[in-house]
Amino acid sequence: MSDHAVHSEHYDREAGKLGMWIFLFTELFLFGGLFLVYAVFRATYSADFHEAASELNTFIGTLNTVFLLTSSMTVAMSITAIQKNNRTLAFMLILITLILAGLFMVDKYIEWSHEFAYKVYPGSEVLKNMPRGELLFFGLYFMMTGLHALHVFIGMILLTINLVKVKKGIIHRENYLLLENSGLYWHLVDLIWIFLFPLLYLVS
Amino acid sequence: MANQEGDHYISYLDQQGKYRGLLAWLLSTDHKRIGLMYFYVIATFFFIAVSLGLLMRTELIAPGETIMSPQTYNGLFTVHGIIMIFIIVIPGLSVVFGNFFLPILIGAKDVAFPKLNLLSFYLFLLGAIMAVLSQFLGDGPPDTGWSFYVPYSVESSTNVIFALTAAFILGFSSILTGINFIVTIHRMRAPGMTFMRMPLFPWSIYATAWIQVLATPIIGITLLMVVAERAFSIGFFDPALGGDPILFQHLFWIYSHPAVYIMILPAMGVVTEIFPTFSQKPVFGYTAIAISSLTIAFIGYFVWGHHMFTSGTSYFSRLFFSLLTFLVAVPSAIKVFNWVATMYGGSIDLKPPLLYAVGFIFLFMIGGLTGLIQGALATNIQVHDTAFVVAHFHYIIFGGMGFAAFAGIHYWYPKMFGKMYNIRFANIAWVVIFTGFNLFYFPQLVIGMQGMPRRYFDYLPQFKTGQVLSTIGSYILVTGLLMMLINLLATRKKGKTAPANPWKGVTLEWQIPSPPPLENFDIIPEIKRRPYFFGESKNEK
Repeated sequence: MSDHAVHSEHYDREAGKLGMWIFLFTELFLFGGLFLVYAVFRATYSADFHEAASELNTFIGTLNTVFLLTSSMTVAMSITAIQKNNRTLAFMLILITLILAGLFMVDKYIEWSHEFAYKVYPGSEVLKNMPRGELLFFGLYFMMTGLHALHVFIGMILLTINLVKVKKGIIHRENYLLLENSGLYWHLVDLIWIFLFPLLYLVS
Repeated sequence: MANQEGDHYISYLDQQGKYRGLLAWLLSTDHKRIGLMYFYVIATFFFIAVSLGLLMRTELIAPGETIMSPQTYNGLFTVHGIIMIFIIVIPGLSVVFGNFFLPILIGAKDVAFPKLNLLSFYLFLLGAIMAVLSQFLGDGPPDTGWSFYVPYSVESSTNVIFALTAAFILGFSSILTGINFIVTIHRMRAPGMTFMRMPLFPWSIYATAWIQVLATPIIGITLLMVVAERAFSIGFFDPALGGDPILFQHLFWIYSHPAVYIMILPAMGVVTEIFPTFSQKPVFGYTAIAISSLTIAFIGYFVWGHHMFTSGTSYFSRLFFSLLTFLVAVPSAIKVFNWVATMYGGSIDLKPPLLYAVGFIFLFMIGGLTGLIQGALATNIQVHDTAFVVAHFHYIIFGGMGFAAFAGIHYWYPKMFGKMYNIRFANIAWVVIFTGFNLFYFPQLVIGMQGMPRRYFDYLPQFKTGQVLSTIGSYILVTGLLMMLINLLATRKKGKTAPANPWKGVTLEWQIPSPPPLENFDIIPEIKRRPYFFGESKNEK
């Protein structure tokens, strides 16, 4: 700020990582609330959940799992590439991660619009005429995958910022905390999907 | 230590940075300036919410409609609750004194993430403004009560979604503050300051921050579910669609019970700083106080079911939650014994901060013991949803957290602003506040026990005496609050300059000038012993 007393920003890589890990815990708890609701309704309406889950397209779900798992690998590789001071490779790997994330979203879009075409969306008449358990299943399905998709979207924004910063050389071997934390965030998005996939698609 | 009185230095208040005037405050990442901004916002909202409370009390001065319609009354207690809970007491002490004094008390120059800290403040401000706007937009102020219970919060035609979103944003701000403080305490303690050499206010902030981080996401997702319920009738809480309203109560209290410990733990931390200073004696049972903060945070996470004793939960779960509720009273009682033992045999200096702190013990104990009456399964049925609960809650939150806040303000005011208030006038204000407070809430314990329901705008004639006494008490209380406010405002304008250490305190904040310089310490101090060492001989280490 002023000439004499510059208000020093405190750089501490360990602090940055600690903060990120705690933040990820809060994200887990956020989804944890939904998992809790899922557990309660699954116990109450297990037959209906079984029915409803069989109406979801397992192929699309599996494809999305593959996209996310692969992207988690590429983002981890990009961090290693930065550590080895290979910025071009890191750039390419982040780009691949972004493309995979994009494919996930396209897939999700196709899946949702397919369901919308059958008038299956929260509050629709079709849904209201279904058995109660199936209605709740689809409510959970849209809320959980919707919130997850929002996280994918935020992750994509973070990755894009990283992409630009790697290109400009702001992120390099000595300073890659942002990339590391974004990678952690991306793994969380992946991790939550790994729970969502069996709970929503494979319970049938 | 460096930077003693008389040396030439620039305080954080006068610091000229990249920006001038108001922007120098609005864009500052200095923890002290952010703490003060919170202070001003929270104080403003406090007086708004107090005025709403005063209107409610005036309505209750006589049975029947006195000055407002029932719908207005419902709106008032909802807004009073939302503002008081989400904007004042949950963030309250932690964002004001936590921001201002946590780094100083642990010998740091700032918090771990100063920019994130500023972001938290703006999220807080956004949430606060949205909470107020929700009163004016849409079809009237929300009338659900601050607890947003379904099914009414889904059915009410008022602007509930806006209020829910406001609470969600405030929660997000609270999470970020929590993360910031945890990391600050882990990474930024001065050399030599082990956890067991840390003053006890940071300890309480540490316990609070963990609750903020671990509990707040649950309310976040719950509020989102209510929004989804209203916007898309998603059915989770609607029995007609197969959902379960009791599920909402569980999710709501999983956060909102720990939230009362978010409110009270920093308050306990503040008074723990005050007792040793005004007794000139080391705190009694340092380890017990430190550990009891963590114990309260931990057990407090598992008692939420005691809000639902009459909701039809199973007998076993009621037994379990009742037992845990009694258990959580133990660490609180440990603290009370330690505070009293700290004063025992000390050289007591009955200045305003100590008066408020002693008032805190008195009111907190009434609040705590009436809490046990509700924690017991049999008596809970009688007092559930009565004015007794209202009185209990206000004894804990206003009598506890509120009095601790006033204690903290009077304790740290000379440090924060470098000015000393009129001590005699502050003492008189304390007497008025303390008297008004008890006259206000004690009758409610009585009429609550007799069956006066909470949140009712009307009442039966037999409750008239209690209600009138209560209203008179509220007027006295507000008079006292205004006296305190005037005293502090007058001091800000033309108070006498305060010395660096007016109370002969020994923690780090008293070793630096008043008001503190921008970076708190010229040289980061090295800590060689436990805090609260008043020293028989100077050379003893």
